[in-house]
Amino acid sequence: MKTEDLKNSQEYKYGFTTDVENIRAPKGLNEETIKFISNIKKEPKWMLEWRLKAFNRLKALKEPDWQKPKYPKINYQDLYYYSAPKSASDKPKSLDEIDPKILETYKKLGIPLDEQKRLNGIAVDAVFDSVSVATTFKDELTKKGIIFCSISEAIQKHPDLVKKYLGSVIPLSDHYFATLNSAVFTDGSFVYIPPNTRCPMELSTYFRINASETGQFERTLIIADKGSYVSYLEGCTAPMRDENQLHAANVELVALDDAEIKYSTVQNWYPGDENGVGGIYNFVTKRGACRGKNSKISWTQVETGSAITWKYPSCILQGDNSVGEFYSIAITNNHQKADTGTKMIHLGKNTKSKIISKGISAGKADNMYRGLVEVKNKASNSRNYTQCDSLLMGNKCGAHTIPYIKNNNSSSTIEHEATTTKINEEQLYYCNQRGLNQEEAVSLIVNGFCKEVLQQLPMEFAVEAQKLVAISLEGSVG
Amino acid sequence: MLNIKNLEAKVDNKHILNGLNLCIKPGEVHAIMGPNGSGKSTLANVLSGKNGYDTNGEIKFDGQNLSELSTEERAQKGIFLAFQYPLEIPGVNTNVFLRTSLNSVRKAKGEKELDTLSFLKLVKEKSSELGIDEKFLSRQLNVGFSGGEKKKNEILQMKILQPKLAILDETDSGLDIDALRIVADGVNSYKNKDNAFLIITHYQRLLDYIKPDFIHVLSKGKIVKTGNSELGVELEKTGYANFI
Ligand SMILES: Nc1ncnc2c1ncn2[C@@H]1O[C@H](COP(=O)(O)OP(=O)(O)OP(=O)(O)O)[C@@H](O)[C@H]1O
Ligand SMILES: [Mg+2]
Repeated sequence: MKTEDLKNSQEYKYGFTTDVENIRAPKGLNEETIKFISNIKKEPKWMLEWRLKAFNRLKALKEPDWQKPKYPKINYQDLYYYSAPKSASDKPKSLDEIDPKILETYKKLGIPLDEQKRLNGIAVDAVFDSVSVATTFKDELTKKGIIFCSISEAIQKHPDLVKKYLGSVIPLSDHYFATLNSAVFTDGSFVYIPPNTRCPMELSTYFRINASETGQFERTLIIADKGSYVSYLEGCTAPMRDENQLHAANVELVALDDAEIKYSTVQNWYPGDENGVGGIYNFVTKRGACRGKNSKISWTQVETGSAITWKYPSCILQGDNSVGEFYSIAITNNHQKADTGTKMIHLGKNTKSKIISKGISAGKADNMYRGLVEVKNKASNSRNYTQCDSLLMGNKCGAHTIPYIKNNNSSSTIEHEATTTKINEEQLYYCNQRGLNQEEAVSLIVNGFCKEVLQQLPMEFAVEAQKLVAISLEGSVG
Repeated sequence: MLNIKNLEAKVDNKHILNGLNLCIKPGEVHAIMGPNGSGKSTLANVLSGKNGYDTNGEIKFDGQNLSELSTEERAQKGIFLAFQYPLEIPGVNTNVFLRTSLNSVRKAKGEKELDTLSFLKLVKEKSSELGIDEKFLSRQLNVGFSGGEKKKNEILQMKILQPKLAILDETDSGLDIDALRIVADGVNSYKNKDNAFLIITHYQRLLDYIKPDFIHVLSKGKIVKTGNSELGVELEKTGYANFI
């Protein structure tokens, strides 16, 4: 450990917070780093112990390698685990330093200049409206008893809730990346909806404004207490630049009796350039527990970014009559790779799950749907319906579907349908003949293909996502 | 309006059109008849700019060389093709398709895009003229439409896009007796001194409703006979044997 880094941490500990911008944990994955993170976040002792326990378990775990997309070996000792916020001198000075392709995309999405800068970590002078928006927003939530804050704040202010639920869906030593996250997570969101409360707004605006720097090991915990409802939206249609190549977030959802959580993701991290250089590895663990009877968890994801996307948002259907849903669009272009899908574990009686997956592959990309539907022996009268559709654009891309089905209860049914189609030249010609250019035609056809999933997104976001789908595939036909 | 000189078209070195000449003036209705495989649909596709043909010769549309224009530019300039086999596009709402299409054409002409309300009014008017139930328009484009319904939908698109030159490729095939009359009425009411029609058909009965100024017989990629509206009646009796 460099002495300077140590000194910084010591200073921070004693309240010299003005220079927070320059604080950075030394490279390497070890107990010191974990203590550094916990210390800088002024965490209680139990939290540090929890992290260290995870770290100890991690030592016995191996990085999984069964996935289809392969990637170069990651040297975990050569990574920074805490380096936020960036100092001004490390950040790009102006938009001129940003990949012009990204800027072009912003233009097409209609992202205002200030937001473009913010997304890329460029200091913006203009005061954001958003700060006040966020405050009014918080007031309204607080009145209803809803807690919506960073996970760091929750650890300090709501330790009982965090202690009770953190790691209750994704256990400490679940698998390599999840355990790594438990040891070194930096920040993320925390949501608690009290009993019989309907969250009056999409928990999204706030997030879009504040979460662009939560870093590579994000941790999110959402608890919907009895009879409550919340819709949470993560991500942003605009591509985000990030220096950290590895992203290993953990998201845990808990729905108690009669509660419902709707979790929507739009992921558009940097996919690397046209030759496959650079790009984010998005290795995320997302899992929801329908713990109470009649509870419901619904995942919707639009995955268009990252060099590699590797994730399986899952539902554990414990409560009787609980419902799990997974709606997914995964788009891979150029050299992008995706291995994604879901797991639906039926434990309770009369549990239902529905999986709608739309994979679109263009360029030299590879798109894999991998999903597990498991009905345990006590889950009588349970039902699953799975539909996996793949759309290929061109001859050099690939699409694969691997469903794993385990049914241990004879009164339950599992249904699986899969289709693979190639984008049809005749359809494009038909659209062209009606005056649409190639891009408009592709956008129309692809959005038609994805419709069932796009419909699940919150209204104001669906339009943006639709544009994003089209933009991600630009130039991939003809 | 349209002037075709010595048009040849090949696919994979197979000759389909072999020196075709045709001149269409504004206000005219031309019919093309001819045996299966004689190249009628190929002509329609070459005119509208479908990829994959190796062509020679000259096609001028309003004085402009068509080979310089992409498929969508031709459409925007007023060439419309009612397909022999209209395509199904799953997930795409028919209304949305119609509107996107109309607005692309309008944009290209420098006209303002139509807002939702005016568009819906227009569609309502045109579809009721063709006896198309509005419910159809909220369905996915051509998906699950019957053969005749697809053809009617093509004519609806024509009436909405208001092309200069409408090419109808066997629009009458698959229509029931009433639908045939409705479609013919649709064409007749749209016809004026500034636009023109190229109607590909196998049957005289359509030409009973839509009186063509010229009937051409296409055989092996060439026009082998041109006559007035009586030629159709003759063909109906004798078949193509006398001409090919
Ligand atoms: N893409 C293609 N590849 C190979 N042959 C083709 C292709 N397109 C057309 N042809 C051939 O060219 C000939 C003319 O086809 P076309 O579809 O133009 O005929 P048509 O006159 O419209 O016939 P029909 O009355 O049956 O509709 C046929 O023999 C057809 O098989
Ligand atoms: Mg034909």
